Amino acid sequence: MNVEVNLTPDSIVFWQWGFVKLNATIVFTWAVMLLLVIGSILITRNLSTGQKISRWQSMLETIVSAIRKQIADMTQQKADPYIAFLGTLFLFISVSNLLAVVPYFESPAGSLTTAAALAVCVFFAVPIFGILKQGLPGYLKQYIEPSPLMLPFNIIGELSRTLALAVRLFGNVMSGSLIIGVLLALAPLFVPVILQVLELLIGQIQAYIFAALATIYIASATRVRAHQEEKIKQRGEA
Amino acid sequence: MDSVSLIGVVSIIVSGLTIAIGSIGPAFGEAMALSKALSSIAQQPDESGTISRTLFIGLAMIESTAIYCFVVAIILIFVNPFWTQVTG
Repeated sequence: MNVEVNLTPDSIVFWQWGFVKLNATIVFTWAVMLLLVIGSILITRNLSTGQKISRWQSMLETIVSAIRKQIADMTQQKADPYIAFLGTLFLFISVSNLLAVVPYFESPAGSLTTAAALAVCVFFAVPIFGILKQGLPGYLKQYIEPSPLMLPFNIIGELSRTLALAVRLFGNVMSGSLIIGVLLALAPLFVPVILQVLELLIGQIQAYIFAALATIYIASATRVRAHQEEKIKQRGEA
Repeated sequence: MDSVSLIGVVSIIVSGLTIAIGSIGPAFGEAMALSKALSSIAQQPDESGTISRTLFIGLAMIESTAIYCFVVAIILIFVNPFWTQVTG
């Protein structure tokens, strides 16, 4: 029995010229990007505010307002500065995991490079949002709180949570396709379908969790000062 | 036993142990978190949205230890660095 296992879509190479490789990860990432961008452009081209809106506009409004509400709930701030970044993260992972039902499509999130790239985006977005919100000194001050002794641990925490973010997404998506690959060799008739349904659910949960964790990291970098101001106000009143 | 088969035997046994031992802790942790969340939802059904959202995020964080073990096991089986070194 020979089990053909593709651990990552990186190993499927469509086109190569020197060290420039066009592997499945890049191609499918482009496909997801095209789908998202062209779909959004087509839908938002003729929006209406009347009583009767198109089905597609209704779908997009539902998605956007749900994301906006979640971000506002989690950050306890206005969602507007963050929705572009966090919504894109969620929609990209969600759509690429959803398209896994399409034959020959490998979810780009199942490659460690994509997951790491997304995690690095979060890694850089957190200080950018933090500095924009509370200035450079205010942001850097977080690292020496509650005491300067915690500085190395805060920095290690920053790095390790980025690693965790990448490996979590990669591990979950990759394990799904791996299990389906093994089951195709063991019981190819019906069982893989059930696992594929489960995998769709897991893909959506992982997309949600990735976006939620990114939201929480950004919220914790932007909310400290508001919290302190509240404390100072309370002290002043008391 | 030559080094190739030794590496193979050790890798397979250790990858099995990695998954077996590494999934015990997260399983207990997730079970505890889930039971606490369920009893909190039973006590305060109005807050079920917040509780389940926090639960999902917490479960993902607990689960990441199991995922690390899984990734290590996969590395040991499929892309073992020592194996490729010996076999060329």
